[in-house]
Amino acid sequence: MRNKFLVGIYSDEDKMIDGVRKMRENHMEVYDVVSPFAVHGLDDALGLDESRLHITGFIYGMTGTTIALSFMTWVFTTDWPLNFGGKPHFSFPAFVPILFEFTVLSASIGMTITFLLRSGLWPGRIREVLDERTTDDKFGVVFRINKKTTEEEISKMKQMLQSTGADEIKERELKNHY
Amino acid sequence: MHAESVVRAPLIYGDKNYHQITEDLCRPIEGKPTRLYLITITITACLMSWGLFMIGWTVWFGIGTWGLNRTVDWGWDITNFVWWIGIGHAGTLISAILLLFRQKWRMAINRSAEAMTIFAVICAGLFPIFHMGRVWLIFFNLPYPNSRGPLWPNFNSPLLWDVFAISTYFTVSLLFWYTGLIPDLATVRDRAKKKFSKFAYGVLSFGWTGSAKHWQRHEALSLVLAGISTPLVLSVHTIVSFDFATSVIPGWHTTIFPPYFVAGAIFSGFAMVLTLMLVARKVMNLQEYITLEHIESMNKIIVLTGSIVGSAYITELFVAWYSGNIYEQYAFANRALGPYWWAYWGMMTCNVISPQLFWVRPLRRNVWFTFFMSIIINCGMWFERFVIIVTSIHRDYIPSAWSYYAPTYVEISIFAGTVGLFLTAFMLFAKTMPVIAMAETKHILRISGDTQKKAAAAHSHSHEGSAMSFQVHKP
Repeated sequence: MRNKFLVGIYSDEDKMIDGVRKMRENHMEVYDVVSPFAVHGLDDALGLDESRLHITGFIYGMTGTTIALSFMTWVFTTDWPLNFGGKPHFSFPAFVPILFEFTVLSASIGMTITFLLRSGLWPGRIREVLDERTTDDKFGVVFRINKKTTEEEISKMKQMLQSTGADEIKERELKNHY
Repeated sequence: MHAESVVRAPLIYGDKNYHQITEDLCRPIEGKPTRLYLITITITACLMSWGLFMIGWTVWFGIGTWGLNRTVDWGWDITNFVWWIGIGHAGTLISAILLLFRQKWRMAINRSAEAMTIFAVICAGLFPIFHMGRVWLIFFNLPYPNSRGPLWPNFNSPLLWDVFAISTYFTVSLLFWYTGLIPDLATVRDRAKKKFSKFAYGVLSFGWTGSAKHWQRHEALSLVLAGISTPLVLSVHTIVSFDFATSVIPGWHTTIFPPYFVAGAIFSGFAMVLTLMLVARKVMNLQEYITLEHIESMNKIIVLTGSIVGSAYITELFVAWYSGNIYEQYAFANRALGPYWWAYWGMMTCNVISPQLFWVRPLRRNVWFTFFMSIIINCGMWFERFVIIVTSIHRDYIPSAWSYYAPTYVEISIFAGTVGLFLTAFMLFAKTMPVIAMAETKHILRISGDTQKKAAAAHSHSHEGSAMSFQVHKP
């Protein structure tokens, strides 16, 4: 299936954000915004839900803590209780450094993998780019065009992009979803 | 938009816009390597190869090729290990702790400092690994089910904590650095003209497009990674110091070690960042991005951490005297007046006296002086580790076990080799990836750019009332 997109290219992020707000006020569905850096206030303007990535980070971290603590406890109390200078077999304070390190390791590896998979990013993933300048200095507001989109709606999108300060409007057809 | 006081000096000089930033920061990557670059990298690569050859030599003939003896069983190897790990502390400190403190000046140096962290940790790791002797049995360190019982490593041992701490630190730093690089690599990809570089940067940038949702997740990831890296960076050198502090050697068995080591690590890490960035700034024409304000801020951190290190030295001396323990007292007297007096006084001069010169503002803002001092500090911090390690153990409890240690050419070559490895890796990084975080620099341009700040100030002065917010309150 081919994917059609209507892209409005902006040079000024403030104009772009105001534009996105206006489009949403007019009940138009902005599909995405592509930008060269994280524009503050854009999440709000687009009405994006807060990312739940940090929750997964917490879960991965706690999993790591549990694995490390139960493993060290099992090794030193059950599997092979060794006597280190008469100290208790379950010596919690001495476990803390490894508990901490393993928690951090699990949380960061888990979160990074989740981030990459959720965003569809992996080594060698080649996406067709909507406009090459959007990783340089331009901001692209993207509308998706499907079979149901009427000509009337398309002209409304174009007019809206134009009136909010887009320098350039173009239609793009991509083989894969970008 | 969030505005910043005009009183605060801009972080980006020159009349920049977003496109100009991309141009300036991509230029060093896209051009052909200069003759100077090729000559330098050839030298560093030769140095690296020589060091690697000497590592092979050590593996083949054994640790007997080093100058270690029965009394001094930790010499240059562990000194270099701690030195490199310390250098590796600046990257994560800059990216993580300064991010949490909302220090915008970090953005000019964070990317390259993170890269330095990774290369420094690689250099550091080589020393304990090859000091093991039978390096092919390195997996004995890891808790894996084995046919010897299974016999597990001792989870109560600081040496094993170190294995976990260093490998975690390396992994997390690598993830932090690379996820930050992805958007910048995408910029390079979209500018690439040649087919091969387009393909290579396409593979490296993971198909990044800059979608709003991706940016949102990217920010969430960076913030959490920064949050957990902050205690991590403090824990790494704390655990390195435990290798010494939990022993019963006079001069090592002190509770001051963790904060003292961490401060020393940041001190030396910043010095190394300054050494490399002052050169990179000049060679790559980045004076408008790495400004005198950045250098001054780093020098302020050097004064702070240098003073912590200096007070730690003096506290150690005081406690040795106050403890009434003759072994402890002797260890410190021997440091200052024994056969290794030169290392002790080198350390005192380089680390305690010289950083205090940075209280003087013109010196903090002098590029040549800062460069000179950064090298002095790196030498001083190397002496510090040598003093702590070798002078504490070379005179054992029983005088018949006293000895003197000097490195052989093999140890010296391996150390020189790691310096070569570090510089080669950094130069390859600087030629293939943007050394300054592009996306983040664009992010702060409107707030901290020179032209933008002046325009904002002029704009606010033209409106009565709002000009008030820019008034400086003088006491």
